[in-house]
Amino acid sequence: MQFPILSVIVFTPLVTGILLMFIPGDRKNEIRVAALGAAGFALLLSLWVYFGYNHLAGGYQYVEKYNWLPALGVSYFVGVDGMNAPLVLLTGVVMFTGVLISWGIDDRPREFFAFLFILATGVFGVFVALDMFMLFFFYEIAVFPMYLLIALWGWKVTREYAAMKLTLYLFIGSVVSLVGALAMYFQSGLNTFDMLALEEAGFSTQFQVFWFPFVFLGFAVLGGIFPFHNWSPDGHVAAPTAVSMFHAGVLMKLGAFAALRVGMMLLPEGAQAWMPALIFFALVNVVYGAFIAMVQTDFKYVIGYSSVSHMGLVMLGLATLNKTGFVGAGLQMFSHGVMTALFFAAVGMVYDRAHTREIPKLGGMSKEMPLVAVAFIVGGLVSMGMPGFSGFIAEFPIFMGVWTSGSSPINTNWPYVGWVGPLIAVVAVISIVITASYIMRIVRRVFFGELPAEFHDHIGDVTALDKVALVVLVVIMVSMGWFPRLIAPLVESGVNNVLRLFGGA
Amino acid sequence: MFGSVDSTMILAILPEILLTVLTGLVLIFDIAWKEKERKRNLGWLTAGGTGVILLVTWFATRPGGDAVSLWGGMIRADTMAFVFKSLAVFAAGTTALLAMDVEHLGNRGEFYILLLTSAIGMCLMGSSADLIMLLLAIETTSIPLYVLAGFFKYDDKSTESGFKYLVFGAMTTAIMLYGFSLLYGFTGTTNLYALAAGLASGELANMAVIGSALMILVGFGFKISAVPFHFWAPDVYEGAPTPVAGFLSTASKAAGFAVLVRVLLAVFPDITAQWGAILAALSVATMTLGNTVALTQKNIKRMLAYSSIAHAGYVLIGVVAANALGIASVVFYLIAYLLTNLLAFGVVSVVGSVIGSDEIAAYAGLSRRSTGASMAMLVAFLSLAGVPPLAGFVAKVWVFAAAVQANLIWLAIIGVINAIIGVYYYLIVLKVVYLYRSDDEDKPLPISRPNMLALALLCLSIVIVGTIFAPWWGFADTAAAALFVP
Repeated sequence: MQFPILSVIVFTPLVTGILLMFIPGDRKNEIRVAALGAAGFALLLSLWVYFGYNHLAGGYQYVEKYNWLPALGVSYFVGVDGMNAPLVLLTGVVMFTGVLISWGIDDRPREFFAFLFILATGVFGVFVALDMFMLFFFYEIAVFPMYLLIALWGWKVTREYAAMKLTLYLFIGSVVSLVGALAMYFQSGLNTFDMLALEEAGFSTQFQVFWFPFVFLGFAVLGGIFPFHNWSPDGHVAAPTAVSMFHAGVLMKLGAFAALRVGMMLLPEGAQAWMPALIFFALVNVVYGAFIAMVQTDFKYVIGYSSVSHMGLVMLGLATLNKTGFVGAGLQMFSHGVMTALFFAAVGMVYDRAHTREIPKLGGMSKEMPLVAVAFIVGGLVSMGMPGFSGFIAEFPIFMGVWTSGSSPINTNWPYVGWVGPLIAVVAVISIVITASYIMRIVRRVFFGELPAEFHDHIGDVTALDKVALVVLVVIMVSMGWFPRLIAPLVESGVNNVLRLFGGA
Repeated sequence: MFGSVDSTMILAILPEILLTVLTGLVLIFDIAWKEKERKRNLGWLTAGGTGVILLVTWFATRPGGDAVSLWGGMIRADTMAFVFKSLAVFAAGTTALLAMDVEHLGNRGEFYILLLTSAIGMCLMGSSADLIMLLLAIETTSIPLYVLAGFFKYDDKSTESGFKYLVFGAMTTAIMLYGFSLLYGFTGTTNLYALAAGLASGELANMAVIGSALMILVGFGFKISAVPFHFWAPDVYEGAPTPVAGFLSTASKAAGFAVLVRVLLAVFPDITAQWGAILAALSVATMTLGNTVALTQKNIKRMLAYSSIAHAGYVLIGVVAANALGIASVVFYLIAYLLTNLLAFGVVSVVGSVIGSDEIAAYAGLSRRSTGASMAMLVAFLSLAGVPPLAGFVAKVWVFAAAVQANLIWLAIIGVINAIIGVYYYLIVLKVVYLYRSDDEDKPLPISRPNMLALALLCLSIVIVGTIFAPWWGFADTAAAALFVP
């Protein structure tokens, strides 16, 4: 029997979280070291999965399947394909860097890391699940620790409000999806939650068109889709740094990924019928999110809305339903995850020292923390889609996919014809310009210029651990930009796996 | 009358026999141990005794094949009876552990005797197959509970609680008894499994059958605290000693559901559409009222009372679905709910006896005072909210699944919306426990050994039922299958 590597990845954080609770709460350094060890272990294993995946063979690998509740067709069934292998690695990276950056948390670090790790288990579980019940099981595990993490360790001003809003939004989304998933389970008559079997269930077009919006939107809430994006900037801003990183970096991908895996892959005809509507909503996300980001004065809100905008690009790529768009969406999920984790890390480092996030009050940070400034600028270039960085290889295919999206016939009643695709692509590209404007504004206002006098005495450089985290994230983004073949063939093989459900590659 | 007594007949009521023996033992030791301090050990005796009974029930009386009627048709031995007997015995044992260190409760022999007597009634409720037996079982359960609810004689709230419970209980039981007598008048039999044939003879107006069903539903509705028979619950739970409230809201409610499901399926299979519609309306009203009123509660026991009303509404969804999956989900939900609510009331009892208040606001700073109590709180409330990997999640999923399967998607949606409301007020409590500060937060919060044992046992059970659910689902499934009369 092969080594059950995916199960080990999924349960490492959970077991660590439980064990941490047995360490006395005042031994804070031991707790931090144990947390870092577990996160490093999970990162190593996810690297192993990522580089061990054979993209030439394709399909699902590292598969494990055990009966869970055989009477109702529930199984513990995990495996990765080219689509979720990068996401597993992303989770490993964000978890590791998140622990590094949370070193300074002094209020009950034991509980903090325990909840954070339960969250990580939920995220890993969803990314590798091939059983629909299991996917929901872990999805809910990923949602509830957010409430405590934000409400307990968040920004004092809005944390209670934002935490509750976020939790309720996500719970509503997930239970709406759950009803749709149960409808699929009974309609198929197969008595199984195995998603590979449900793909072959042959649901009628009418059934697919009716249920697709429920299932897709329910998950897409977590992906921040317009008009259900409202929880996300509030949640990001209120959350402590590591949780913002986790949330924007990984959890929003969870929503997009689950919407793809359960909504689009199990109900492909429904996806086709609703495709123009999805394109429209995603377009609103992209452009509207960028505009809102531009007018924010709070540093963290800018990044929060930029996440909405960039997740809109993921949704846009998915909504094209063609190969180029899917590849772009897959790459963007990874690229944006790393990028936004870096952004939130940088915001957190500035805020921890300056105690304000109002852009007009900041300035000159590059003098005190040069590495943070460099890292932030790299992240900014990624988010503008500069060639040579990961954002370019992710965003360019999305726009290409949108451009060609109307040219191949789609099974929909909406008037989606050849010239619509280029039009939408052109509108979407505007977001790049706006992104450039707000990123450059931040870079100039926050990192350059004069250091305000009141900061002179209490602003210093970031710690070595913070630097390690930043360097890891920067290296990933640059190497992905220079060597796309580290990730592109992998995602492409995953996309082929998706496209077989849409009538072949 | 019964012919010769053989071993199957004894095995079918073995838990009841052993509980009676244990009650006698407690009585003897209550007299033998004169000092107040030693009487606390009656709790260990009760808990240990129920533990042994649980093991015996588990290994000796697990029904193998088909359901059989025994003792002249009075008793039905099937998996349903087995599951609910186990639950009643388990609940009695943990309640004894939780009550041991409650002042004026844990050192009184009467408490344990009443508790065990009530558990005997619940065991019989799970297996009654005859109207007369059923009534006796319900009364055996209820009368000790009336006394237990009013156990604190010096406390006006407790006295009021016991009295209110008695008045409501007596009234609804009377109406139910009237329904029973109508059924007997219509058919000339009291056996549950012969009644359906009598009612189906075709000579009766449908209205008459529906009318008697309604009267019986009044009695059962009181036991499960479904709207509009719920008025007693918040006041009784608030006034009763907290471990008793936990016992009331779990074991008593579970036993109520056991008889509800058994009677509806055995006696009224021909009017499924009618009682389905009535129960659907009750379910919606129960969930919605329970959850919305719970939102505004300041007292944690009252909040838990309304939440337990809401949970009765979720369980009713499975009853309304009335298919194999629905009834199995009812049984599974009750297993999960019993563990979860016992834990919730258990923590409230433990914490309340130290901080001397049941106001939600008084729980501020708890997580800094006691890791154990706050973790138990977390497990209980998240399981109530239906969060995995705890038992409440799986239970809710299958209840909603049953509704979807029975094409009651609207009912599933209403249930889901209610579940969201529930999440809100459960999280509010956790916020107080984990986030808010208080002046007393550096004072330790001692948890006595029996309480610790009970809380740990319940936490563990909730996680086990929530993750390894196949065996429990197996029991629920077999129990449900045996209820559908061929």
